[in-house]
Amino acid sequence: MEVFVQQLINGLTLGSIYGLIAIGYTMVFGIIGMINFAHGDVFMLSAFIALMLFLFVTAWLGIGSIMIALIIVMIGAMLLTSLWGWTLERMAYRPLRGSFRLAPLISAIGVSIFLSNFVQVSQGARNKPIPPMVRDVIVLFERDGYAVALSYKQIIIMVTTAILLAVFWYVVQKTSLGRAQRACEQDRRMAALIGINVDRTISLTFVMGAALAAVAGTMYLLYYGVVSFADGFVPGVKAFTAAVLGGIGSLPGAVLGGLIIGLVETLWSAYFSIEYKDVAAFSLLAIVLVFMPSGILGRPEVEKV
Amino acid sequence: MALNTPHAPAIAAAEAPSSATGAQIAAALREAGIAALLTLGLSIPILAFKTEQNQANALYLQPRWGVVAVACALIFALRFVLCLRAARRAAAPARLRAPASPALQKLFGIAVPLFLGVAVTFPLLATLASGGLGGARYWIDLGILILTYVMLGWGLNIVVGLAGLLDLGYVAFYAVGAYSYALLSTTFGWSFWLCLPLAGILAAFWGIILGFPVLRLRGDYLAIVTLAFGEIIRLVLINWVDLTNGGAGISSIPRVTFFGVPFDSSEDGFASLFGIPFSPMHRMIFLYYLILVLALITNLVTIRLRRLPVGRAWEALREDEIACRSLGINTRNTKLTAFAIGAMFGGFAGSFFAVRQGFVSPESFNFLESAIILSIVVLGGMGSQVGVAIAAVLMVGAPELLRNLDFLKQVFGAGFDPNEYRLLIFGLAMVAMMVWRPRGLVGHREPSIVLTERKAISGSLVKEGHG
Repeated sequence: MEVFVQQLINGLTLGSIYGLIAIGYTMVFGIIGMINFAHGDVFMLSAFIALMLFLFVTAWLGIGSIMIALIIVMIGAMLLTSLWGWTLERMAYRPLRGSFRLAPLISAIGVSIFLSNFVQVSQGARNKPIPPMVRDVIVLFERDGYAVALSYKQIIIMVTTAILLAVFWYVVQKTSLGRAQRACEQDRRMAALIGINVDRTISLTFVMGAALAAVAGTMYLLYYGVVSFADGFVPGVKAFTAAVLGGIGSLPGAVLGGLIIGLVETLWSAYFSIEYKDVAAFSLLAIVLVFMPSGILGRPEVEKV
Repeated sequence: MALNTPHAPAIAAAEAPSSATGAQIAAALREAGIAALLTLGLSIPILAFKTEQNQANALYLQPRWGVVAVACALIFALRFVLCLRAARRAAAPARLRAPASPALQKLFGIAVPLFLGVAVTFPLLATLASGGLGGARYWIDLGILILTYVMLGWGLNIVVGLAGLLDLGYVAFYAVGAYSYALLSTTFGWSFWLCLPLAGILAAFWGIILGFPVLRLRGDYLAIVTLAFGEIIRLVLINWVDLTNGGAGISSIPRVTFFGVPFDSSEDGFASLFGIPFSPMHRMIFLYYLILVLALITNLVTIRLRRLPVGRAWEALREDEIACRSLGINTRNTKLTAFAIGAMFGGFAGSFFAVRQGFVSPESFNFLESAIILSIVVLGGMGSQVGVAIAAVLMVGAPELLRNLDFLKQVFGAGFDPNEYRLLIFGLAMVAMMVWRPRGLVGHREPSIVLTERKAISGSLVKEGHG
């Protein structure tokens, strides 16, 4: 029981990070029907940017308060990663609009290889550790010498995810940008006809996805305290699984899927085997796609001839 | 690549079509300036600082603005040239490019025998060029590597190019083939010539097993699930230590024999059987011809299959699945045969890989390998056999050139290792290829059936979302 509650807390934390990455996949897939394969590497890049900003803020500016430092790092990482997201869309995906169906996916694989190797070449192949930023934990209850603990950083991660989800939900549902996005999602040509700047909307979708990936990257760094150039691939595939599981194109679905994947992964590691946790996540992806391709909250895809 | 293609004034262009006008240069300079500024923004902080560890294992930031300056200057120059070219092209009268001129087709007619000739005589040429069997070792090794990728490319071409099923986990079948030979030969002592067909059959079997659940999936989803399968197989190979020895891999795999005659200096070895002095290069040359024959068999089978009903069904499936089904083609069996046959050739190549290396480990079968094979197929023009061969030479051979670029060391300092940048350039090349030549090197596919006259097949007309 104690182990289960502890794993539940850990799983929800991990799931929040996956959910934040998954939003980037689901928004891009919804609007241009493309799997942004490089999104996982954008996440990894953002974690690196956050790491360097953190060093910059603490060592050079000498800001002692960890909360202020964290907020500065997060906002800085969001801005810089957004710039990357915008540039990648402009360079690698926009010229391919109207090309054959698989071209953007292959281009995205190229971007993914480029990004991970760019970080490897520019920062080195070693793991980059930072001292733990937040150490404090709250002991929820204790039985038979096993304490169920909820750490401050887990609270920070979950609360940040909840706030950002609310903000993005508001943006997509209530603002004119969100309306334009949903219009493009339904019919891009029609949206262009009624005066929506489709290119700009797609660019902004990539920017939003990258910003959320940056939040996830900052949270990942806060949680694990270490990042390496190869950290983009597996979280990326898992977040994609989360997006598919929740129903691709659906924002709450992405977060729900992220939480489920996070829980499956931690519970699998706790009760079965830690070596096969990625196998469990990948198998889940295959099972979901085969038996439930429209996901939990997604609309079923209607095939029109 | 174009951020904002500047449209040059038509009059100015008409006056001076060959030289750039002041307005064009100004526009290009502005574009290049924006691109350089953007590069500066992107370089902060990831390129402008390097994270280093000090004695206390704490990270600190090492500024290196010089690298940023070089990057910005490079982007500025590149963007400037591209903008000028774009402006000049916009001013020039639009020329329609024929998809494939007769001259180009004639060139491909010569290319096939030329390629074949070079491939067959390659060990001889390499020996003559480097003056001795020992010196040719590097070149023959490279030839074997390229031919392995040619074979893998042709195998994947059946799945991706002909049947139109995007498979991102092809390396799984390569791994199945390699581990089949490694395990069967080290456990039971079976010879390579027995294991080769078995590896192919096992890989085909796995192709069917993995193909079955994904039959209903299309396009991108299929790609992601096959990627997941590829990763699952790799993770199982790492973690199932009892069977596969985990990440340490399987070593001392028996070497290839000349149909039972070993390549060694003993009494009944290859050299004494033919009465020639022993040289370790005999085995290398034999391996070279072995992979050449295997690759050519793959090619031959593909060419023949395209003429059979199943090949026709693959191509019909690629063009339109619904039309295919309404014509009464069994799409399930068609897809499964494509998976199985593609996987079989992957398995052959895998067992060749194992016998050549004498060592297999899961690290040889990561996702990057799948991506390289896929990009060979895509660069080759999806469905073109010659294109795949050219692409394999480019993709595998060109990075080797990087190793030999010693003059770069003099430019960038002694610590500069061009090989580090191999994958970086590879990723960029994949993007650039999609932007500039999405249809590959040999973009025009020969129609499988020609009625009264040649006509473009719908594959070259497929637009996004209608494929």
